Amino acid sequence: MKVILRNPRREVEMAGGRRVKEVLRELDILPETVLVIRGDELITPDQVVRDADTIELRPVMSGGSSPPNGPASRARVE
Amino acid sequence: MKCRKCGGTAVLELRRHNAAFCAPDFLDFFRNQVREAIRKYRMFEEDEHLLVAVSGGKDSLALWDVLIDEGYRTTGLYLDLGIFEYSVESRRKCETFAGGRNVPLIVASVSEEVGAPVPIIKDVTRRPPCSGCGLSKRYLMNRVALDHGLGVVATGHNLDDEAATLFGSITHWRTEALARQSPALPSTHAKLVRRVKPLYRLSERETAAYAFLRRIDYIVEECPFAKGATSIAHKEILSRMEEVSPGAKHNFLFGFLDKARAAFERAEAVELRECVRCGQVTTGTVCAFCKLADQVKRRT
Repeated sequence: MKVILRNPRREVEMAGGRRVKEVLRELDILPETVLVIRGDELITPDQVVRDADTIELRPVMSGGSSPPNGPASRARVE
Repeated sequence: MKCRKCGGTAVLELRRHNAAFCAPDFLDFFRNQVREAIRKYRMFEEDEHLLVAVSGGKDSLALWDVLIDEGYRTTGLYLDLGIFEYSVESRRKCETFAGGRNVPLIVASVSEEVGAPVPIIKDVTRRPPCSGCGLSKRYLMNRVALDHGLGVVATGHNLDDEAATLFGSITHWRTEALARQSPALPSTHAKLVRRVKPLYRLSERETAAYAFLRRIDYIVEECPFAKGATSIAHKEILSRMEEVSPGAKHNFLFGFLDKARAAFERAEAVELRECVRCGQVTTGTVCAFCKLADQVKRRT
């Protein structure tokens, strides 16, 4: 199977005939942090991915901002 | 795996709800969670005109999509941070979305308002880029809302964002931040608009799934400055916790909101004034945004 990873985009070849959850485990990817896409559909962890399949593990976690420091910055609207 | 509601083939498992859903039933679940968030925190009225802060990412565009479908009157606000190709692409996503849904989009430029884009602000302030970026965004969201006579800004913060922020605030004991963390912040001054987070009940993966299933074209690439950000590290910690204990994240956040936040709020009272330069809200004499703009002006 071909596994497409993002951020940065790269491809990994793996043996097929395994469930999604095993693929994630082998790649050390937490299920909570990705969408698993096959074609134009989402697939669940119990789905078997075959040799000929291509799946994308699309990361969902974004970030970069922490709460502001100092008093009343809720409106750092200050 | 079967959909809990209809018994059809599921496309998404939600362990924290002990459920799996097919696409249509998941979209229903998602919308219901947004409705519940709006209801529980009385975020806005049905006939209110909402300013929706959009970045081109999955969360804010998903939020905008739901609000439009629910029949709310919305205007989008995109803040151009001037972060290279990332900003060019994310702006394009917002414009495409707005055009496709026939809804208005305001674009404000950090470069024009502060005097420099975020990459220059980073160098000038010698602080992490997220610092000047966050400051500018919060200031501009509020000011644009005021300029357009809008009383509420909705942002796409999700359960993972809020749980990670909470985690960071607790580990550093930022009690002022704990007092202010809420899915709905009221207006405590005439020049402070309400800020609401209607997606706070939904995890980042659920929001991504919604955007995917709705075929929303969002920017998948991360902000180039996000690499190594503390918030992402905190999200990873919480995701590991969620892996072994499904529901841990929402128990953490909702438990704080229901049982602990009030105590911090009572302890932290703040006096708000108006900045002598721009008139926006501050605890000091000159607001942090004007100070930032001064600093940029001096050094560029």
